[in-house]
Order: sequence, then C-alpha cells, then structure tokens
Amino acid sequence: MNGPDFLHQHTDRLKSRMGACFPGERAVFRGHDLHAELRDMDWVELFVFGITGRRFPPQQLRLLHAMWVYTSYPDARIWNNRVAALAGSSRSTPTLALAASLAVSEATIYGGYPSISAFDFFMRTRKKIVQGEQLEDIILSERQTRRIYGYGRPITSADERLPWLLKRAHELDLDQGPYLQIAFDVEQILLADNPLLRMNYAGLVAALSLDLGFSPKEFHLFRFPMTLAGMPPCFLESSQEVEGAFLPLSCAHILYEGKLKRPWKSRTTQPA
Amino acid sequence: MAFLTLLAKYASDSLANNDPSFKQVRALNTPQKTEQIHTSIWQEEPEPDNPFAAKAAYCHGYDVYGELLGQARWIEMLFLLFRGEAPTDSQATLLDALALALANPGPRDPSVHAAMCGGVGGSTAASCLIAALSVGAGQLSGGREIYLSMELWHACGTDLATWHTRFATPADTIASIWPTPAHPPGFDPHGVSTTTPVQQTLARLAETSDAPLLPWLQANRLNLETAAGIPLAMSGVAAAAFVDLGFSPEQGEMLYLMLRLPGAAVHALEQKHLGYKKFPFFSIELENDPAKVTP
Repeated sequence: MNGPDFLHQHTDRLKSRMGACFPGERAVFRGHDLHAELRDMDWVELFVFGITGRRFPPQQLRLLHAMWVYTSYPDARIWNNRVAALAGSSRSTPTLALAASLAVSEATIYGGYPSISAFDFFMRTRKKIVQGEQLEDIILSERQTRRIYGYGRPITSADERLPWLLKRAHELDLDQGPYLQIAFDVEQILLADNPLLRMNYAGLVAALSLDLGFSPKEFHLFRFPMTLAGMPPCFLESSQEVEGAFLPLSCAHILYEGKLKRPWKSRTTQPA
Repeated sequence: MAFLTLLAKYASDSLANNDPSFKQVRALNTPQKTEQIHTSIWQEEPEPDNPFAAKAAYCHGYDVYGELLGQARWIEMLFLLFRGEAPTDSQATLLDALALALANPGPRDPSVHAAMCGGVGGSTAASCLIAALSVGAGQLSGGREIYLSMELWHACGTDLATWHTRFATPADTIASIWPTPAHPPGFDPHGVSTTTPVQQTLARLAETSDAPLLPWLQANRLNLETAAGIPLAMSGVAAAAFVDLGFSPEQGEMLYLMLRLPGAAVHALEQKHLGYKKFPFFSIELENDPAKVTP
C-alpha cells in the first residue's frame, strides 16, 4: 500500500508507543506512568530512557553525566556559545538564544557531525575486525575515501577533556570496552603518520557510548545537549552588560576582499 | 597494561600542560590585535563621527543605499547577494517566478504546520520561523532535499541514462547527521501523479529559463518519473531552477529555506489570532498504556 491509501491510514489519529498526556489525570512515558513510576529518575536518566527505552545502571549514568559536564565551557568566543551571547547582547529571549546555540552545535568541524562520523567509523571498524580484517588496512582504506573523524582538533591537537573523562571511565570500571580499545589502537596508527591526529573528545565520547550500547540514532540524540550547560552563562553575562556591548564590530573589523566599487546597471527590462 | 599506560600519558601530558599545543591555547587567551571578518560580499565605510556606524555599504561593489535602493528590485538584490553579479532579465524573471511558487507551501506542509504550532501557542515570532526552518530543512520536501536533488542534477544533467544509473544505485549508508535518503530527491514518495501546481510551475519556469535543465525536464518529465518510479515534486522543479540559475547546492538549500518562510509566517500569525480551540489537536492511540495492561 502506498500513496494516498497509505497516508489515509495515518490521518487524524496518532498511534504511539512512546507516550501520551491525559490532562488532569496522568502522563505515560514509554509505557510507564511518569509520576507514579518514573518520578525519582534524575533528568539524564529520564532523557536516556526516553531515547533508548533502557534503564542505565548508576555507574553508566555517572559516565553519561561526565560526558556532558566535561565539555560545558562558558566561553562566549566559541562559535555556538557566541550565538547565545550575541542573543543576550541583542536582547533576545533565553529560549531563542539556547535553541539557536544548540542548533548551531550540529556542526561539521565540531559537535554533531564529527561525533556521529566517529561513532559510525568505530562501528564499521569493529565489524571489519571481527570479520578478520587488519586495523591498518581498514584505516588505509578509510582514509582513501573520507576523513577519519574523532582525531585532531581545529585549534589545537591536544584535548584537555580526555584525561578527565578517561579517569572517570576508569573509576567507574567502564574503560574496558572493545570500542575504546579500537579507538586507542586507531590513534596509535594515525599518530605514526601525523602527530597532530590525537584522539579528540568526539572520538572518546563516541567510543565510550558504543561500549554502553548506544545505536547511532540514540547516540545522536543523547549528545544533542552536550554543550548546553556552558551556554546560559554566556547569554546571562552579555544580557547583563549594556545592550550591544558584546564584541561590537566597527567598520574596520570588516576586511573586504571583493569587487571594486562600480556603478549599478540593471540588466532587466523591468527595473525598480 | 597498555591502556593504563596510555591513560597515564594523557594525564601527564595534558594536565601538567606540558604539551606545546597548550601553550598555543594560552596564546589564544590574550587579545593581541583587531580581528577582522573577511568578506567578498560586503564593504562598509564608517560615518566620520562613529566607526561603528556605516556611512555607505557596498554589495559586491554596488552602493546599496546610494544607488541600488530605488533602482534595483528585491529579486535582483537577492540574486546579486548570492551570485555576486546582477541577474540577466531571464534570470531575474525565473528567480522571481520561483520565489512566488515557493512563497507558501500551504498549511498542510509540515514546515508550515510547525510554524502554526508556534503561532497557536503564542510562541515568539522567531520560534515560529525556526520551527518552519527546522522541519522544512529535511529530506522530505525540505532544504536538504533541494541540496541532494541539485547534486543529482549536477551529476546527471540532461543524460537520462545517468539518471537511470543513479536511481538504481543504493543510497550511501555511512552515518551522518542526516538520515539515509528514503526516496530519490526531488520526487514525491507518496505521490500518484504529478500534481497540477508542479506541472504549472515547471511549465512556467521552463518557458522562462534560458539555461538547459528546466526545458529538458519539461520535455523529459515522464521518462524521468518512470525511472524514479514516483512523480516529480515541487522540490525537484526548484532544484532544477536553482541549477539553471547557477547556484551551488549549498546556495540552493539556503534560498529554498528562505523563500518558503513567508507562508509559514502568515499561517503562524493567523493561528495565533484564531486560537488553539480551532486548531487540530488530534486523537492518540497509546499502544502500551500501563492503565490498560492486565496483570
């Protein structure tokens, strides 16, 4: 069945296994009464339960918390945070500021894309290793077609977050997974070729999350608010300053590299 | 154990800040010079009394307020911004016609539906447009579909055999922030036949375009639809038009997102005034309601 017949089946009524609100009565969250059964969950626990439908044991939740905490930087120069700060300085609303900052975080050279790409690379790599391929060959083949994400950084090759997250994973006895080992093995091979290709936070978080059993889509959803906690301070500080005082740009801040001044001549038969 | 050694190495290297690249980070913390935004689009000259206010602004070399204003149309400015040159008569007419065709996808469209969800609840104006942009960004009638469709047009052009090959090639399954495409971009996965507005838009745009794709699409639509197995969608027409206008897939994606916003805006405003009691809430069938589970 396709076309309008298929669409007709879905009109006017939502079928769901995820949940519903019964106003004035109760709310159901993935088959559980939110208030009667889940009210004692902490927020991250509920968040990952909503994503995966699974209950995570306390030590795994502590690692998930750590992944978010260790990369929440209230530095308003960072591109996604700067959006929140600009919104504060321009007197926008907190929600618009944070929503835009988070949306911007799904970026190509940091944030969303490298995380998902590293996750996918580790997943495919382990599958190939299990099938008998050598890691060196896998990396060589991968680098011939695409960049390997999870290694290197735009500004500096060192990643100050790694030792802390590794330490926490070690304390929680969650550093023995096969994906983390692959991540380190890959790093050794890459470093032999380029000393700047040290593992970055995206790579480490992806490997640890794989070892916790996340699927790609689950991981993508989990990592979404990863930098959120750093954003409100950026918004707050600029919104408490005089309006427009956050990194104002003068005309001299623009370095024009385009066409020289020229007279306008419309090429249309219907000019303004 | 090798892993513990590695861990110790990370800790000593980074925590003690012995790594030379940490010195580089420290250097970044100290402002040294006036930073500049590089642009080949926009030039500004300051007012004599205020370096933070522009006396004149030039877009790709043209004086925006001293000359373009009053002499150029909005659609010419739009083309100029993206392409860096003034449009020809047929380019301006084509972009103008396309902008009209895309201006309002109508309240059934998911992006407009999303904007109305903002409007009916009294959400901020920006959030209504953000809702429309986010929902209208995807691979089903959204901005990403335009991007993918334009890539397809660039790859296949007017060669029907290449289109057949591309349609037969499975989508790349490498994980991305975008899902794996579920249908050929530019075509309607739930369509039965080419809708009348799509046909009307294609006919009008093909007549206007002096570039090759739209006229070819008008002449070969049925063959292409047979190859795709589903009818052409408005996104496919828009993608062909953007390629004919010389835009890159990134530019086409941006323009498509922008050009569909007017409809989202007015429908959001309308629902705000009509109120939530007149806006569908729909019923829900919960398949795992704990209150209905028998012990």
